[in-house]
Amino acid sequence: MANNAKIKKRIADGVAYLILIIFTIIAIYPILQVLSISLRPGDRLLTTSLAIIPEDATLAAYKELFSGRPFLLWMRNSILVSFVVTATGVALAAMAGYAFSRFRFKGRNIGLLSVLVTQMFPATMLLLPMYIMLVKLGLINTFLGVIIIYSSTALPFCIWMMKGYYDTISPSLEEAARIDGCTQFAAFYKVVLPLAAPALVIVALFSFMTSWAEYIVAAQVLQDTHLWTLPVGLQTFQANMSTEWGLYAAASLIVSIPVVILFLVLSKFLVSGLTLGSVKG
Amino acid sequence: MLERNRKLFPYILILPAALVMLGVVFYPFVYNIVLSFSNMSLRNFREWQVIGFDQYIRVFFEPTEPSFYVVFIKTMIWTVVNVTFHVIIGVMLAMMLNRQIKGKSIFRTLLILPWAIPQYIVALTWRGMYNYEYGAINLILTQYLNLPAVEWLRSPTEAFIAVIITNIWLGFPFMMVIALGGLQSISNEFYEAADIDGASAWQKFKNITVPLLKPVMIPAVTLGIIWTFNNINVIWLVTNGGEPADQTHILVSYVYRAAFGLYRYGYAAALSMVIFFILLIFSLTFMKRSQATKSAY
Repeated sequence: MANNAKIKKRIADGVAYLILIIFTIIAIYPILQVLSISLRPGDRLLTTSLAIIPEDATLAAYKELFSGRPFLLWMRNSILVSFVVTATGVALAAMAGYAFSRFRFKGRNIGLLSVLVTQMFPATMLLLPMYIMLVKLGLINTFLGVIIIYSSTALPFCIWMMKGYYDTISPSLEEAARIDGCTQFAAFYKVVLPLAAPALVIVALFSFMTSWAEYIVAAQVLQDTHLWTLPVGLQTFQANMSTEWGLYAAASLIVSIPVVILFLVLSKFLVSGLTLGSVKG
Repeated sequence: MLERNRKLFPYILILPAALVMLGVVFYPFVYNIVLSFSNMSLRNFREWQVIGFDQYIRVFFEPTEPSFYVVFIKTMIWTVVNVTFHVIIGVMLAMMLNRQIKGKSIFRTLLILPWAIPQYIVALTWRGMYNYEYGAINLILTQYLNLPAVEWLRSPTEAFIAVIITNIWLGFPFMMVIALGGLQSISNEFYEAADIDGASAWQKFKNITVPLLKPVMIPAVTLGIIWTFNNINVIWLVTNGGEPADQTHILVSYVYRAAFGLYRYGYAAALSMVIFFILLIFSLTFMKRSQATKSAY
């Protein structure tokens, strides 16, 4: 009887391993492909071999990327844009989310509802009017143009997340601080904000990734090569697959590795934040 | 004095965010409504005028290729197929990861990778893998499985399947992580009690796992539906803007093409409004049905 149960468990574990291994291979295979392409010598980009580490592996594509292409310039542009979007998003959402969480004031419900509704806007809906606005304001081909558009995506979500997190922090802490003579702003700034650090991190990560990995808007607004952000630059390598596929692959790896590491470290917070934000409201 | 300050404080906190939202969300939204009733295009960019419902009538009745209805149906297929596979694969993997097995955290980390990589890189990489002669997918099909190579990106049906496969790959980790969190919060006592009663694995899944996982999954599915419906990156980049011959659009990429490929601004604005209402009605019904936001605000 006990033996029977043991065998059953063994079989079930075996099936679990099998499924996990199959899906892990599916999950990492495309990434290994990119690695493989980035290491191929220039005359063997197009090959029908499926070996992951190619014969005559070389780092030539990486060298060409840094010395022969404006890759570092694109990276600087991406960092600049992402940094500004993240800083504004986090600062504004930290304050607005706090107000929505702690105070009952006129316009609160409408404010919260409109934040939620913006999440249902089709991705392209605000893009067209904003594009026309940017043309009229002369902001096409400027970083300010993309920064404005990105903050419209990032900010509503950030406010919503911050509010959800503040809701889980007990208000008795601020009340105690107020009794000790803190001003309202000091109670928020010195007591609540440090406790909300995990949420701030998630919101920062989200804003950063939004702008770091955005292609559709950047392709319309940034037209000069020297203003391109990484996604636009990388796309041109890929479009010309036969000659620059190696560059594309090398650049992809370099661009992905920092965000992937950041993401893996923070994914636990991210998920608890997401579920809190939507369940608890 | 103090009392008045107290009332003002929330407004002061909200003011900066409100100003930005006003400028980058509400003003463009209203502007979009105006545009949708106008005849603006690249040709009359400066002398455009309000012309009434013409653009909306065009959205529904103009004999374009592909027509609005075809794209609408494709969008529905796209959303339903993607989210269904995300949930099934995600929950299945979460259940495997929830067992007492070795190497759990390594599997978990590797399985999250598709979610962690920037979407445009995923899309462009898969596009390369679908290449007819040199793409990895056809090489695997012909070299290992002895199957004929598939013209992934040159015929509409295959291209659409190719994009869906890409998006399934990209989206299952999110559902997996959410489901894993939900499973870990289910007390083991339920399963032990069921074991004593001699319940089968399927009965335990149906009567314990599913009902207790549901409240966790419903908000995630709602988000998943909205994200998938709205996901222009993958479809645009894998098919290189709707190739072949605009046969692989979903609604959001269809609008993008009308606006930035054909410069039909008024028409694109009207189409955007239609999509917005579809999404709004859909999400509200879904949330009401599932009571996901009972305490939302």
